[in-house]
Amino acid sequence: MRFSNISWQLSSLSIASLIAFPLLALLWISFDASQGIWRHLADTVLLDYVLTSVWLMLGVAVSTFALGVGAAYLVTHYEFTGKGIFTWALLLPLAVPTYITAYSYTGLLDVAGPLQSQLRTTFNVSYGQYWFPEIRSLGGAIFVMSFVLYPYVYLLARAAFVEQSSSFRNAAQLLGLSQHQAFFKVTLPIARPAIVAGISLALMETLADYGAVSYFGLSTFTTGIFRTWYGLDSVAGAAQLALILLGFVIVLMTIEKQSRKRARYQSSKTHSPFEPEKLSKGKNALVFSFALIPLLFGFIVPMSQLVIWALSTYDTLFTAEFWQLVSNTLTLASLTAIIALILALVVAYAYRLTATTTTQLSKTVVGLGYAVPGTVIAVGTLVPLAFLDNTIDDWFRTHVGISTGLILSGTLTALVIAYLVRFLAVALSSVESGLSTISPNIDQAARSLGRTPANTVRTIHMPMLRSSLLTALIIVFVDVMKELPATLILRPFNFNTLAVRAYELASDERLMDASFASIFIVLAGLIPVIFLTKASLKQTH
Amino acid sequence: MKKRVISLASITMASLLWACQATSEEVNLYSARKEALIKPLLEEFTQSTGIKVNIISSKADALLKRIQSEGKNSPADVLLTTDAGRLHRAKNAGIFSVIRSEVIDQNIPEQYKDSDSQWVGLSVRARPIMVTKSAPSITLSTYEDLANPELNGQICIRSSSNIYNQSLVASLLAVSDEELIEQWAKGLVANMARSPQGGDRDQIRAAAVGQCSVVVANTYYLANMLSNAEKETDFAAGSSVTVIWPNQEGRGTHVNISGAGILKTAPNADNAKRLIEFLASDKAQEIYANVNFEYPVKAGISLHPILQKWGSFKADTLDMDKLGTNNASAVKLMDRAGWK
Repeated sequence: MRFSNISWQLSSLSIASLIAFPLLALLWISFDASQGIWRHLADTVLLDYVLTSVWLMLGVAVSTFALGVGAAYLVTHYEFTGKGIFTWALLLPLAVPTYITAYSYTGLLDVAGPLQSQLRTTFNVSYGQYWFPEIRSLGGAIFVMSFVLYPYVYLLARAAFVEQSSSFRNAAQLLGLSQHQAFFKVTLPIARPAIVAGISLALMETLADYGAVSYFGLSTFTTGIFRTWYGLDSVAGAAQLALILLGFVIVLMTIEKQSRKRARYQSSKTHSPFEPEKLSKGKNALVFSFALIPLLFGFIVPMSQLVIWALSTYDTLFTAEFWQLVSNTLTLASLTAIIALILALVVAYAYRLTATTTTQLSKTVVGLGYAVPGTVIAVGTLVPLAFLDNTIDDWFRTHVGISTGLILSGTLTALVIAYLVRFLAVALSSVESGLSTISPNIDQAARSLGRTPANTVRTIHMPMLRSSLLTALIIVFVDVMKELPATLILRPFNFNTLAVRAYELASDERLMDASFASIFIVLAGLIPVIFLTKASLKQTH
Repeated sequence: MKKRVISLASITMASLLWACQATSEEVNLYSARKEALIKPLLEEFTQSTGIKVNIISSKADALLKRIQSEGKNSPADVLLTTDAGRLHRAKNAGIFSVIRSEVIDQNIPEQYKDSDSQWVGLSVRARPIMVTKSAPSITLSTYEDLANPELNGQICIRSSSNIYNQSLVASLLAVSDEELIEQWAKGLVANMARSPQGGDRDQIRAAAVGQCSVVVANTYYLANMLSNAEKETDFAAGSSVTVIWPNQEGRGTHVNISGAGILKTAPNADNAKRLIEFLASDKAQEIYANVNFEYPVKAGISLHPILQKWGSFKADTLDMDKLGTNNASAVKLMDRAGWK
């Protein structure tokens, strides 16, 4: 038994090293001479980068909490019209890349967009004579990101609400709490680890975003990193900024951990799922409209804009090549999602088995990558892999007389590794929040009955965790599908994904032409989202 | 699930093996130009030579980093960029080899070529000032005029993170004192109608609806808006501005180039040379001028009617290398001036 514990620890550690490699490469790069760049940044723009990033995070934290928990509450506590559809449809905004949502809102609300133009002609006013919110602003960015990212909170909160035994709530109500009091005093605190995990995922994604913030002209940490790299030609300076970003993440993770520490609730799952409340007509309409809000602004509005654009261009873009893009995208996304899930299970379970420094460290390292912009991770992956490739090549040239060339860095392997560095955190977070709701008594029972840890995971935990595991799969899948910057740098020759295509057209200011590829990202993401959500629902009914 | 993993793994392996198989009749292109923009050119090349073009498109600096990391095993033959600054950076990184070609010597003027023949310019991109036709009395004849206090609240220009603005300021730094240019940049920032946002086209659109009356933008964006009358709003927005060629009495209008270099480590160096020669040929230069609305580097190519309408202009003859060497100072200066 001790031996098997050690092998779990070793596996966990080696996964962590895989993730740590690119981050260490970053550290290495940051040691290069940066020629007083730092001084310049501190004197001029650094404060702006920090403040904008902090405000953005605060705004996104508050709004994703409200939207995500609110939506999860509605679909788990009430029986209302269209509930079955809402349950999965509320996830849809996640399938749209943030920068695409940003583009389409800008197209709609911008000073030259159809809405303001209509206003001007209808009321016969010209620019400057009326007030209209500026979409390309900090407020606009908070709006767009919150409506794109709330599904993280919704997904995890919903899973937590569903996995909670209703006996807690029944007890609360027996003790005289109203339904709302029971929610705030019992349901919400029990779900806190999941909710905090969801918000921190949303925040990490916010920190890593480049496409939307740069389009909105905001000076955040990420835009600063690229400005320093591309504009000031200082890779070292950019790496240093990226390390500060990692500092932000560590603070975030510490907050998350603290919040979990104070709240360790586990239900032993003597299953009695809660009965959602049936509603009167008026209340039904009210709940329906509330549930519609996140879906409307996160998905329906931006998608309608895309569809309108796509209708005018589809014939020029719909070619056989398109199916190649779809297949490339789906292959990469499913491959990465499956690997990520397995690795996350190993890391999370190793920690559960023995909470040593090793397993704790592994967990922390794995969590770091998510907030790092894809480009930075890509460079961090590329440098050590190419070095390894060249070393292998040298060895083969001298000892065997053949050249192996670039066997890792020029292939999909590099891409999958970069994705894992960036997205393993998401899978881990979901798996962990699921595991935390299972009482250790169950593990002990299984083990005392002679099961090995691996066997316990497979036969006991995995079935119990089905919903959380599927959640992990969905998020990684969708995230990979949307991923752009790392794909852009690391992909092999003649290999494109839908996100690459959409971006290339959009960044060339051809939003209309980009709409078609964007819709396909959503459609391709739709199928697994629906399928997996249905599968995860089955378990809970 | 296991089966699926295995089949996915075998796809990966297959693509890996396929990537290793280098046949002589191909050329590997790392391109900072979007694939869709150069596709017509590359298809033409493959058709006339039978050489297949493999392409990875990405950001120039990322591609440069990739080439450097890949080292002697890099599969890349040609690096294509959208601005002179990056060509300069690549040359400094020591990745380019010297291009010896009579065709290129004949077709491309000295001004648009590296002094050591390590890179060549392939198209010229002009960045003039555009003014709305409805604006009553704006008198502008130089970039320097953009800082005039009477233009308060009138200018739309994109972020200083954009390379074309960086190059513009770099070109000003080459002919003037840093202190003066910083004052100028502060004046320009004070004249901005709004905090910089969006791309070049967005500035033209904003001017069309009256948010500002002066725009700085590359001409091919405007030409593209004017070329498609079906997209009515863009066509109308494009029609609402006129092009003013700045600094015609002096050094000329600021121009940048897109260009390419052949890598030292190129496995298909001959094909690489043929590709660049093709891009400098009449046929390719016509595509640059008529499909992408850029100005050709080669003399004697007929321009697109939209470009002809703007008339000919005197282009700044500043050494393109200066755009590269001054880039970092330009960015720092814009940081200090508060140009977001």
